[in-house]
Amino acid sequence: MVISQLPNLKEMFKPSHSRGVNARHVVTEPEQSAGTDNVIEVEHLNALYGDHLALRDINLPISHKGVTAVIGPSGCGKSTLVRCLNRMHEMAGGRVEGRVLFEGEDIYHRGVDAVELRSRIGMVFQKPNPFPKSIFENVAFGLRINGRRGSLMDTIERSLRRAALWDEVKDRLNKNALALSGGQQQRLCIARALAVEPELILMDEPCSALDPMATLAIEELIRSLAQEYTIIIVTHNMQQAARVSDETAFLTMDTDRAGYLVEHGQTRQIFTNPSDKRTEDYITGRFG
Amino acid sequence: MLILFLCALLSIVTTVGIVLILLTEAVPFFNEVSILKFLSGKEWAPLFSIKSFGVLPLLSATAFIAGMALLVAFPIGLLTAIYLSEYAPGPVRATVKPTLEVLAGIPTVVYGFFAITFISPVIIRPLFQTESIFNAISAATAMGVMLIPMVVSLSDDAMRAVPSNLREGAHALGANRFQVSVRVVVPAALSGIVAAGLLALARAVGETMIVTIAAGGIPNLSYNPFDAMQTMTAFIMEVAMGDTPRGTVEYESIFAVGLMLFVSTLVINLLAQALLAKFREVYE
Ligand SMILES: Nc1ncnc2c1ncn2[C@@H]1O[C@H](COP(=O)(O)OP(=O)(O)O)[C@@H](O)[C@H]1O
Ligand SMILES: [Mg+2]
Repeated sequence: MVISQLPNLKEMFKPSHSRGVNARHVVTEPEQSAGTDNVIEVEHLNALYGDHLALRDINLPISHKGVTAVIGPSGCGKSTLVRCLNRMHEMAGGRVEGRVLFEGEDIYHRGVDAVELRSRIGMVFQKPNPFPKSIFENVAFGLRINGRRGSLMDTIERSLRRAALWDEVKDRLNKNALALSGGQQQRLCIARALAVEPELILMDEPCSALDPMATLAIEELIRSLAQEYTIIIVTHNMQQAARVSDETAFLTMDTDRAGYLVEHGQTRQIFTNPSDKRTEDYITGRFG
Repeated sequence: MLILFLCALLSIVTTVGIVLILLTEAVPFFNEVSILKFLSGKEWAPLFSIKSFGVLPLLSATAFIAGMALLVAFPIGLLTAIYLSEYAPGPVRATVKPTLEVLAGIPTVVYGFFAITFISPVIIRPLFQTESIFNAISAATAMGVMLIPMVVSLSDDAMRAVPSNLREGAHALGANRFQVSVRVVVPAALSGIVAAGLLALARAVGETMIVTIAAGGIPNLSYNPFDAMQTMTAFIMEVAMGDTPRGTVEYESIFAVGLMLFVSTLVINLLAQALLAKFREVYE
């Protein structure tokens, strides 16, 4: 069974049990980081908002390429979890304990530049949030802030094509992005994230503000992006998780409202043969 | 309900009344001085024996001083607003904002004295070797300081109205705080910020006390900031406070100038309102 294998895998690839000072040094050695197939390793992660513990002791490896769905009842900390992966959690005044390894490097290590980190991880939000600028400038934004000069047109066309939006907007790149439909805006936000060539894309309920047709378009897009990218998608929609993801992580919360991971494994297995009673109850709609 | 309605009615009636008085009182003036001469004349000498009613010196002094004041207030105000809205931690914001509001409540006569007792003799004169204590630049600087709280407060409101999910989107793309402020928040709040500038400009155009005290009170078609000048408001003040007999053309001229002043501030205010309405449209 996949789940029982995961801890072993993790032990195998874990460079060292030591934390802090040694960790950064150790994982930068090529033979160590080349061994692991995981883009993200969440290790004993606690996430707090002030005194409120929102996530308790999360351990979750995310392997290269493909889609991982994060499911669970509302308020269990799904958004908090993905926001811990690109250090957006601290923007909301949050705090973390534990480690998150991204490409083998602890992103919460002292020397890590959170701003630089975020430029390597794409994020798509619940509500489409294009900037009130032209379509072109929206996609160009990440490139410009990263100091890219010269013609951006190639990258912008490529990003819009990959986001399945090019044909709809190629004649009006200079029009304001706010004039697009909700579904188009969300695909524009995906294109905007793709333009900076992220190694990982986080999506927090990207379809919850969209109609069924637009949702379908985004789901197709996610499937096609899964060939090239590692994607983590939060969703409250069980069918969506089953449709788009390769792996699924199920979170729920304790009586003290602290979220924790119940199980994580192949999506098919989680949905057809969950190993935990709580997962089964949630998936069959008995709670949450 | 009725009382509220009457109050609303009262304010409208007052406004209409003021406009009517300005218009009717200006009519006799324009019977004696042609509108064309009034608008294009380069000399304003209503109290001399050979009278001249060319409003351009007053108009240009008004625009010049208001413009310089804005040059002081707008950049400082905008930067302060960016700091308050995007950088300042809660407690700093909670102290600075009310402090600015207090600053906005200082009577303008105090700024006028500040101009002639400090800005002009202590800063401008030693720095530029000017002759007179009374000059446009001292008045404009004091006026600029007076306008800062207004620019800060209005721009800060505009920037805070920018939805935070835009900031999040920019941060998630790897923008630092400065880039988020300058490339996302300020452009998104631009119409509100420009409106703040325009409202400050309208206030500067209508400001009376500072220019009366500090600008020198001499009608002067000049663009030298170290010259003495007289604005439209300062002229009205001079005649209204002086001993010019009612019914004379020089007395009536203040209504013509007043009308001019009213139209200028009205146009600026309407422009600002239109921009603010556009800004609200985008985000509501
Ligand atoms: N900015 C915040 N400040 C304080 N508490 C928060 C904040 N955001 C979320 N929380 C709390 O953290 C918990 C998890 O929230 P969230 O991650 O949004 O859950 P989910 O996305 O699964 O619905 C909830 O109890 C919520 O009230
Ligand atoms: Mg959420």
